[in-house]
Amino acid sequence: MKICLLLLSAALSGFVFATSELVEFSDPSYRARYQQLITELRCPKCQNQNLADSNSPISRDLRNEVQRLLEDGLSNQEIETYLTNRYSAFILYRPEVNKNTYLLWVSPLIILLVGGLVVARFSRQGVSATKSQEIAPDSDERLNDLLSDEEDG
Amino acid sequence: MIRLALFVPLALFIGLSALLLLGLDKDPTELPSALVGEKFPSFTLIALDEEQGMLSEKDLIGEVALVNVWATWCYACRIEHPMLNQLNEQGVKVIGLNYKDERGSAKKWLDLRGDPYAFSIFDVRGSLGLDLGVYGAPETYLIDATGVIRHRRVGVVDERIWTNEFQDLYAQLKEESQ
Repeated sequence: MKICLLLLSAALSGFVFATSELVEFSDPSYRARYQQLITELRCPKCQNQNLADSNSPISRDLRNEVQRLLEDGLSNQEIETYLTNRYSAFILYRPEVNKNTYLLWVSPLIILLVGGLVVARFSRQGVSATKSQEIAPDSDERLNDLLSDEEDG
Repeated sequence: MIRLALFVPLALFIGLSALLLLGLDKDPTELPSALVGEKFPSFTLIALDEEQGMLSEKDLIGEVALVNVWATWCYACRIEHPMLNQLNEQGVKVIGLNYKDERGSAKKWLDLRGDPYAFSIFDVRGSLGLDLGVYGAPETYLIDATGVIRHRRVGVVDERIWTNEFQDLYAQLKEESQ
């Protein structure tokens, strides 16, 4: 339980950090969209951090840019397009579904399907295997025979 | 038939291992370029040397050139600088993009280490850097005579990188432009 709490607080510490930066918006509805965007956009310099978690200079610049674009009245989609035109699809933690990424999107389904089939198959085999393991009536005798053979040899 | 089916997991495992092994060779810090094949973004910025006045993307057109993103706070730029001097001596046109820097120290840097740049764009707020998708200095762009970006290198350009990535393309573009 303690470990769970510790892990949870570690996982959430990024959000705490993100909100510690004071960002002012002319329209309060921008704040939620800003938070969503900076958690879904990836820092181009860091290996695996979003803009919210990273305090690298480039992330700070990009957070400011997201804020500016929001104030300019751009939609979330437009902001993502604006940034991918410059930094490529690398910065999207939620990549678009297109011919380059459809395998990425459907592979979990395929793996689930294959895994399900394997499990279904093996569990049915398991049932028939236990049935065939019932001990034949003369097995004691045979076992003794075999053991005595070995002792002789 | 059933016997063969037993090997399916092994085959899958080998396939997956091969795929992941190939992935190990890739440099994860390298981003796919969004701007290769695109026009150099438009901008209006003052030159690092104020006497050269305002610069725009039109000043980049007409000759095959390298655009090098640099700054005095960038340690790797220090390592790269002699290579740029050398390229300039070989007759390669190098244009500087002084990125989020301070004018005084940038000028001092060029006095101290030599100035390989035909001119340097002074991008103090990093606006052009953002349009280029700059995420770490130094970065070097090869642009053709019409101002289209043809190659991008993030990180230091040294002798090896120049030979492997730039030289042939540069010669080819140079030939096309004549």
